[in-house]
Amino acid sequence: MGSELINALNEPLFDFLRYALAAGLLASLSFGIVGTYVVTKRITYIAGAIAHCALGGIGFGLYAKHELGWQWFDPLYGAIIAAVISSLIIGTVVLTRSEREDTVIGATWAVGMAVGFLFIKMVRTVTVNIESWLFGDINFVSSSDLWTVAILGVSVLILTILFHKQFVAICFDEEFARSRGINVPFFYMLLLLMSAVTVVLLVRVIGIIMVIALLTLPAALGSRLAKGLPGMMVWAVLICSIFLLLGLEFSMRIDAPAGPSIILVAGSAYFGFLLIEKILGYIKSHGGK
Amino acid sequence: MASIEFNNVSFGYEKDKVIIEDASFELEQEESICMVGPNGGGKSTLIKLLLGLIRPWTGQIRVFGNDPESSRHLIGYMPQHLNFDDQFPITTLEVTLMGCLSSGSKIGPYSRKDRASAEAALEKVNLGEMAKKRFSTLSGGQRQRALIARALVSDPKILLLDEPTANVDQSVEEEFHNTLKELAEQISIVLVSHDLGFVSGWLEHVLCVNRSVHMHPTASIDGKTLNEIFGDNIVAIRHDHDCPPGEHIHHHGEDCDHGK
Repeated sequence: MGSELINALNEPLFDFLRYALAAGLLASLSFGIVGTYVVTKRITYIAGAIAHCALGGIGFGLYAKHELGWQWFDPLYGAIIAAVISSLIIGTVVLTRSEREDTVIGATWAVGMAVGFLFIKMVRTVTVNIESWLFGDINFVSSSDLWTVAILGVSVLILTILFHKQFVAICFDEEFARSRGINVPFFYMLLLLMSAVTVVLLVRVIGIIMVIALLTLPAALGSRLAKGLPGMMVWAVLICSIFLLLGLEFSMRIDAPAGPSIILVAGSAYFGFLLIEKILGYIKSHGGK
Repeated sequence: MASIEFNNVSFGYEKDKVIIEDASFELEQEESICMVGPNGGGKSTLIKLLLGLIRPWTGQIRVFGNDPESSRHLIGYMPQHLNFDDQFPITTLEVTLMGCLSSGSKIGPYSRKDRASAEAALEKVNLGEMAKKRFSTLSGGQRQRALIARALVSDPKILLLDEPTANVDQSVEEEFHNTLKELAEQISIVLVSHDLGFVSGWLEHVLCVNRSVHMHPTASIDGKTLNEIFGDNIVAIRHDHDCPPGEHIHHHGEDCDHGK
């Protein structure tokens, strides 16, 4: 039995699939790297809020494009702007400890989505398929998306190379980093902005709602396999690519949307790994008896 | 030159809520000190002042003659709580390397020189062989030593330890104690502890911090007396050494609570 994915990739008419796969593999790089910081700094919930907030920008983008006539305005630009604004809001609250952190995160999350829905409902000249933004739809991936992913991905990579040691220090021990004169608020904010940009990269493929799982699950698995953070990043990038490939293959076989299929593969692998680890641990501790 | 100098320093986080009031003391180079006092008495605040993370309302702080911020590189710091997550993949060497960071750190990875100093610092605390091991596989005592190595890697003149043995067992504490004792011969150690059993002969002074700050010598107190003083029912520290009579009358449990 051959691979449905490989057969489909050879199909001349399936440009979108080739774009989706290329975008996915390119984005895996940013996902693995930023996911590693997000998981070790334990800000998954914040990254999740930022991702959901992106819908506000997508809604505005669609409205601007179809109702205001801004033809050049890709909804993805809106997504990036909304994600950046929400990370600035959440980051400021966390850093100044001025309000209840979790309440503000939850509020930003919900308000972002509400704004998105309202804007989408105000688009009357065309029918917008909300589902494709929420759960992803690879039919919409174009060559220009590929460029966006590549440029943003390279930016994230450069920032990581420049500031990896500062990021590690604030993820591991913020108080110590502060005592060494590191500008903790600046790097924390930069990390949130990198997460914001990264989650938007795969919104077309995975969708707003589930993209957070692909950011964190590969990194979480990587943390169990690696001795150090660089190793964790390499594992996370690899695992993320594998999830994407297997997920796409799975979606073709069962003729289902790609986003949920990829997330299902990622989630099963993660929980499967945890289960196997528990069983092995149990056998080890009870083996002698 | 004094290594640490506080002159009439007052500080609080909110207006009208003073945490440190009119603190004055001086520590000579290579002298070591133990900071004691009740929780909430201002020990952590004093550390932040010393590291230049906060500025005093009034008064002056000098670290080797300069303001704390510009002398930060002379202080090796070991924070109180390391909320360490066992799933954080990081090697002992990577942890130690963080001590090389500074506000003027070059961009890009750590230099070869940084790596060499980190390895040397690990050797110093007898952890050279663990450099490549994952930090989470280290025992409690080894972790403490690695964190000391991290504080030592920048070659500080003052080692500042905030409750270093709060979460370790007795044997680790003893071992840790010996490591510190050796270090105290070369540099100043500022040790924060609410566990007064830690205070012993190699620390020249005890600093009582409970809003007001008072320094007392320990040199004249031997281990046995200390046990008596800090043992079951703590009664008093001999405050008569530094302070002229009448200048500060210490009512224990009020001014500087030495209770357990």
